[in-house]
Amino acid sequence: MSTTSVLGGVIKRREDPALIQGKGIYVDDVKEVGMLHMAFTRSPYAHARIKSVDTSMASTMPGVVAIYTIDDVRFLGPLPAQVPIGKLRPLLADGVVKHVGEAVVLVVAESPAQAEDAAESVQVDYEPMKAIVDLKEAASNKVKVHDDLESNILHSWTYHGYWDALGLESQKPKIEAAKQREDAIVISQEMVNQRLIPVAIEPRSVMAIWNGGYERFNVQSSSQIPHALSGAIAKTFGLAANAVHVVAPEVGGGFGCKLNVYNDEILACFAAKELGRPVKWTEGRREAANSTIQGRGWVATATLTGTKDGEILGYEIDGLADMGAYTQNFTVAIPLLGLWVASGQYTFPTHFQIDCVVTNTMTTDAYRGAGRPEAIYYLERIIDMYAHQIGMDPLEVRKKNYWKADQFPAQMGCGFSLDSGDYGASAEALAEKADYAGLRAMQEKARAEGRHIGIGVSSYVEVCGFGPAVLAEIGFSWANYGLPASFNGSGLVRVNPDGTATVLIGTGPSGQGHQTTWAQIVSGGLGIPIDNIKVFHGDTAESPMGVGTFGSRSISVDGAATHNATAKIRDKAAKIVAHLLEASEEDIVFADGQAHVSGSPEKSASWAEIAKAAYQAHIAPPGMESGLEAHGCFSPGNATWPFGTHLAVVEVDPDTGNVTLLKYVGADDCGNVVNPMIVDGQVHGGIAQGVGQALFEDSIYDKEGNCLTTSLVDYIIPTAGDLPLFDLTRTVTPSPVNPLGVKGIGEAGTIASAQTIVNAVVDALTPLGVKHIDMPLRPRRVWEAIQDAARHRDSHSMAKS
Amino acid sequence: MHVSVTVNGRVVGGDVDARTLLVHFLRENLNLTGTHVGCESSYCGACTVLVDGVSTKSCTMLAVQAEGASITTIEGLAQNGALHPVQEGFWERHGLQCGFCTPGMIMSAVGLLEQNNNPTEDEIRHGIEGNLCRCTGYHNIVRAIEYAAAKMRGETPAPAEWEVSV
Repeated sequence: MSTTSVLGGVIKRREDPALIQGKGIYVDDVKEVGMLHMAFTRSPYAHARIKSVDTSMASTMPGVVAIYTIDDVRFLGPLPAQVPIGKLRPLLADGVVKHVGEAVVLVVAESPAQAEDAAESVQVDYEPMKAIVDLKEAASNKVKVHDDLESNILHSWTYHGYWDALGLESQKPKIEAAKQREDAIVISQEMVNQRLIPVAIEPRSVMAIWNGGYERFNVQSSSQIPHALSGAIAKTFGLAANAVHVVAPEVGGGFGCKLNVYNDEILACFAAKELGRPVKWTEGRREAANSTIQGRGWVATATLTGTKDGEILGYEIDGLADMGAYTQNFTVAIPLLGLWVASGQYTFPTHFQIDCVVTNTMTTDAYRGAGRPEAIYYLERIIDMYAHQIGMDPLEVRKKNYWKADQFPAQMGCGFSLDSGDYGASAEALAEKADYAGLRAMQEKARAEGRHIGIGVSSYVEVCGFGPAVLAEIGFSWANYGLPASFNGSGLVRVNPDGTATVLIGTGPSGQGHQTTWAQIVSGGLGIPIDNIKVFHGDTAESPMGVGTFGSRSISVDGAATHNATAKIRDKAAKIVAHLLEASEEDIVFADGQAHVSGSPEKSASWAEIAKAAYQAHIAPPGMESGLEAHGCFSPGNATWPFGTHLAVVEVDPDTGNVTLLKYVGADDCGNVVNPMIVDGQVHGGIAQGVGQALFEDSIYDKEGNCLTTSLVDYIIPTAGDLPLFDLTRTVTPSPVNPLGVKGIGEAGTIASAQTIVNAVVDALTPLGVKHIDMPLRPRRVWEAIQDAARHRDSHSMAKS
Repeated sequence: MHVSVTVNGRVVGGDVDARTLLVHFLRENLNLTGTHVGCESSYCGACTVLVDGVSTKSCTMLAVQAEGASITTIEGLAQNGALHPVQEGFWERHGLQCGFCTPGMIMSAVGLLEQNNNPTEDEIRHGIEGNLCRCTGYHNIVRAIEYAAAKMRGETPAPAEWEVSV
């Protein structure tokens, strides 16, 4: 048996005709008869005791149908979490508020405006308490965020100690020994990887209907995890798993912020059930900073030990990560994702300790990259500082310390092994695409002309494709969401009686083009023309069990499962064709939308003929079970480990501190590629978000715990005018972890880019003595760094003279 | 208050509060949900429509201010089943991912190309600066608008990057 493959080709997206004509349906577009609307009274304090709540005025306002406080919903319990360390979020504030914007009172009214007007009229009397916003202050434990927790430090993730069962040894002694070497150079720098607001352009939205006749919820939500939401609703309300139907229709961007079950989703269900009417809520943009998770928020010190020849002897990172006030889905687990990639593409001994700290701020959780951009940022910044210190080309330093192609699978000190890679080839591809030597020559010339041009490079490795079954042993579990504990993928392929195929998958995409890519996988597996294949996702009643789209996992887990399903169908179809054509099963070839006997193309059967036989017992082989559909499930043995090296060229205006991004080049390796157009698009968007962190984005809190950057006027994401075209190239090192050989590409660009930009800016300013600037590199901060370096230089030369 | 406007070639009317924004009138009264709401600060541009041919953020305008105007929304862009060149460009050049900013981005690009049918890359970038996209990094949006501009000039668009590179 063999097949004709469409894997690896550019297929225009199936999603687009609807979306480019305004025919895509997002949750906020949905209207139901009798629909009610929710609004929340939110806390103006970051930490306060609630003395009283007076809803009397609000309850008399026009259109108000119901008002609820925690007393009405406490019996439903708090929100679930994947790794439930810390304080779980109550559905509404319970006696105390722990961050600005925490939902205190829920108002349900006939229109959104009426709900909002009434929510503003609720009188809450607060007794303000001290808010802890600064991470170091929180870690000092002088004032506790939660009285009933022992410490503001919820958990410490250490390189050797995160999972006792592995029996790992600390690499710290090796690193300390290296520091004692005579030729050792030790470089250390504290850096901030600032908090970010995800800003999916579609605000989150949920619509819940309680079908009292069938005792069933029908819910639409802009979610990356429809099955987990369904499970969480069932568990919360004590219903059977099949009594909740969740649909994630078009989802307008996710980037991790829709990878959570939120209190508004549970409360919409509660209100719909109580009131017997459909209930909708759509988040406001400014509300989102306090009602949707934020990301990043690390303060850590990176230390690198190496020789003057560029041999790195050890790397350490030690610091704090901001959890916000409440633990939600992956909150406490995010730094662990960073731990797994802490040593990047390199062989050297590594030490990692990140303490998870609670503060009186909005919860943090997975934002594109989730722990991995932070970890790679610290590593690749300190390597660059080291390269500058020893006067060696930063790309050469990296190449000298990579795992070599013949060392894969490479066993890392954290216990996991890198599945496949050729890091040197990737760096070479980058250097060639960018004309690295030419760029350095150009830089030299520009410097001679007094221009401040910088070239930054960085290498990354990503851990994705979640995930291997061992995650359940480490403490991750979807069981808290009423799902199986593991991170399986699944796909159901049905060849219909007319020979077309229907594909049902348990993913929750938000722009990744699954309808297109999965059609390619199935067409590649069966040879059914791609135009005859339709893909459906995000519907828990239609699709098989899935855990959603996040962690760059869909293609390598659910894609592999779907591929396995096609193999089952092909096996059955071959039996049918052999029977129809009176040939041997082994001689059946699937190609060009049909099957034929090897060496006799005239003896053929179309998929319509195969399907007809499959569904009609009198034509099918005797005794064969009717139908032609198969369910594939896949549980990977390891994560997948994409990698790459990126480069940026910037120019800095030293008089204003303004940074202009002149050129951006990326070399990525995500294993086999199903649709290169879609893969490149994912890299483009990923890079833009990393550039956003490097240059513009910053979720700023004041000392009282107010987020000052809740609107898009204050929280600046890149516009078209801020970015150049991106030059991309790729190497292909198939993954041995799954049958498609794919790795995942959703987050790679973001993991690759922030430090690439910072490295370039610092490179530009090295002649001025600048060694490091914390992100975002807005003009003022860059200008101040230049002034500081000048003062430092002056005082230095005065001391010498 | 009563408002009467021409939307996508049809005269339509409705009773609205004085405070009703044009975007809400389009979405709630006329069920034209292709025009999206992404922020509260007229920054994101997801709500961009053409008002008398000029691209306009429909959240910056009251419905009653549009009295008598001719409005084109994303739903009215394709003519007789044929996509507008900008729509075609976005499809051909992968100018969208999640699709949420897309209607506004397309309407903004249509407005831009009405004024300048041969824009440079820089002019395209600055022309769509009022529209935020979080998915694409704008790379393929620029390519999509270049494609549309070529088509509107009656020229053959440059081949896609994936057609020329390995």
